[in-house]
Amino acid sequence: MPKMTMVQSLNLALRQEMEKDDRVIVLGEDVGLDGGVFRVTDGLFQHFGAQRSVDTPLAEAAIVGMSIGMAAYGLRPVCEIQFSGFSYQAFHQIENHAARLRWRSRGRFSVPMVMRTPCSGGVRALEHHSESREAYYAHTPGLKMVIPSGPRNARALLVSAIRDPDPVIFYEPKSLYRAFREEVPEEEEAIPIGTSQIVREGSDITIISYGPMMRPTLEAASVLKEKDGIEAEVIDLLTISPLDDALFTASVRKTGRAVIVHEAPRSFGPGAEVVSKIMEKSFYYLEAPIARVAGFDVIVPLFNRENAYLPNADRILREARQVLAA
Amino acid sequence: MPRTRIVIPDEIDHISILDEEGNLDSGLEPDISDETLLRLHHFMLLGRRFDERLLSLQRQGRVGTFAPISGQEATQLGAAAILRPSDWLVPAFRETAAELWRGRSMESVILYFNGYAEGVDIPEDRNDFPISVPVGSQILHAVGVAWSIRYRGKDDVALAFFGDGATSQGDFHEGLNFAGVYEIPAIFVCQNNQWAISVPRKHQTRSETLAQKAIAYGIKGVQVDGNDVLAVYAAASEAAQRARSGGGATFIECVTYRMSVHTTADDPRRYRSDEEVELWQKRDPLNRFQKYLTAKGLMSDEKIEMAENTVKEEIQAAVDRAEERMKTPGDPLYMFEHAYAQMPPHLIEQREYLARELSEQKKG
Ligand SMILES: Cc1ncc(C[n+]2csc(CCOP(=O)(O)OP(=O)(O)O)c2C)c(N)n1
Ligand SMILES: [Mg+2]
Repeated sequence: MPKMTMVQSLNLALRQEMEKDDRVIVLGEDVGLDGGVFRVTDGLFQHFGAQRSVDTPLAEAAIVGMSIGMAAYGLRPVCEIQFSGFSYQAFHQIENHAARLRWRSRGRFSVPMVMRTPCSGGVRALEHHSESREAYYAHTPGLKMVIPSGPRNARALLVSAIRDPDPVIFYEPKSLYRAFREEVPEEEEAIPIGTSQIVREGSDITIISYGPMMRPTLEAASVLKEKDGIEAEVIDLLTISPLDDALFTASVRKTGRAVIVHEAPRSFGPGAEVVSKIMEKSFYYLEAPIARVAGFDVIVPLFNRENAYLPNADRILREARQVLAA
Repeated sequence: MPRTRIVIPDEIDHISILDEEGNLDSGLEPDISDETLLRLHHFMLLGRRFDERLLSLQRQGRVGTFAPISGQEATQLGAAAILRPSDWLVPAFRETAAELWRGRSMESVILYFNGYAEGVDIPEDRNDFPISVPVGSQILHAVGVAWSIRYRGKDDVALAFFGDGATSQGDFHEGLNFAGVYEIPAIFVCQNNQWAISVPRKHQTRSETLAQKAIAYGIKGVQVDGNDVLAVYAAASEAAQRARSGGGATFIECVTYRMSVHTTADDPRRYRSDEEVELWQKRDPLNRFQKYLTAKGLMSDEKIEMAENTVKEEIQAAVDRAEERMKTPGDPLYMFEHAYAQMPPHLIEQREYLARELSEQKKG
């Protein structure tokens, strides 16, 4: 199996879906000739032409609004918003239409589109280029919200997102684009949206995370094993909405302890939802209060202070140890 | 009830005063004092050399990602030069020369592009907004400022900068429309540098010019040679006069060129030809202005060399100061400042959490 970065594996997903299905159209700012500012759409313009890899004028509302129309018509637009920080320019289209057209037309129309966008921090970027606002989208009924954590699951999730009958917001953690390679099979592979995965088995504590925080989470889990002799079970949510609570419910019932980790701001973040689900379904199994490790509730600082903002393995360890000590 | 024709204005002015060779249309030459001309030259040169220095620092890992301005000095300075101290400047992210003209320090620019919040350092006596990265979004802020200026009966203006790409955003159209509806003292300066990252100007709009978009909104539109500082100055002065005397807003399209990369993360060879860049190098705004000043007797080869040296020293001093400052990393706790007028309890708690973590780290 070839080893790929996440940029390459996303490119593979797009290429194969476009090859198979001429309804799949890529559009956005600089996605054509330039191949996207992160090169995720590299070569699609050369291979499929300007009709299927469409460079748009600079207008996010138009990109998303037009995608909605294309999707209603029967195409499968995969639009790119250059950075998630500029998706708010299209927010009214997402909230008022992408998320609702099925409902508003009583099922006559649907919006099988994907909005791909690089999210989160860790690359020493300019302002507006480092935020994690998955909660906005997860909070909007009618949308699906997906965040991969590595090359292989990114490819498999993007395939599902493209084929999904409803609008999917697809967050791509930009710090992972080229951070590491994984074996990605050439043959088709899809992970159903709405399913989480156990990426490390354990019986002492459950650590739930996703996206860019999976790596520090796994790092913390190995330290727990080596230094504390603790077996942590680590769950990668992969989809934020609809949230798969079956897996972490079973896990927390087994371990009795839970930590949830995300880069997004703490208050009203996805962690709050996970904690609520645990309280609703596993309260009597808990041995200790649940901990949340998250970004602080401030604007992501410019990059000189960004490291202190981003949750890391140390912070996760400290919180996990407290949960274990309780 | 016949089918009739409605006549709308379908012409706009294009202003060019100083051509590529430095030839002057003396009939259009704006009345600018020698002192201001020399100041303009200083900042054009400073803008260019500082840009080059930032780029080389970036390549050495001593500066983070930034948007170079080379080639666009005349547009920025010609427009900024007409502002009074009490006017409001509302920039995008590629106006470093204009910001320096307005009193921002080079040191602050270096700090900012090294990810230091301290690099946002708005001069006390200026009402200038910090740079705005979301393309076109700031245009509406200039509209609000201009509306308020009129409300307060002042004769100040609000001047917004933005690029050619920004003219595709709804914010641009909404901004110009509001400005027309309210007849407010706003000046919209578009730096049409031919590119929005990899997307060429002709792909942004089918319109022959950007300036003509003003017609639809009922405000004055004009296109100028943006590499001709005299033309930009003349158009901006006219706009300011109109604004200050209650005549409403103006949209100025400055035709210029981004001679460098979009940002330091960009590779323009993927989408544009060397020939195109060379063509625009011949239209360099700085050379042209130096020829004009030399013909006027204000510059000479020696004086240009002296000016180069002065600028070089200023830049070096700023780099030294900034790098000295950056020997101390920013206090992480500062990230909680300026979130709200008063820090709410949950942030006080989070700040304490981080403080504890930092002191534990110190202890090892
Ligand atoms: C709303 C928004 N969308 C996308 C971007 C990413 N981006 C930054 S600059 C740029 C191109 C801007 O082109 P233009 O307005 O011509 O200004 P220039 O960069 O040429 O100065 C893009 C797409 C952004 N900063 N903001
Ligand atoms: Mg441009």
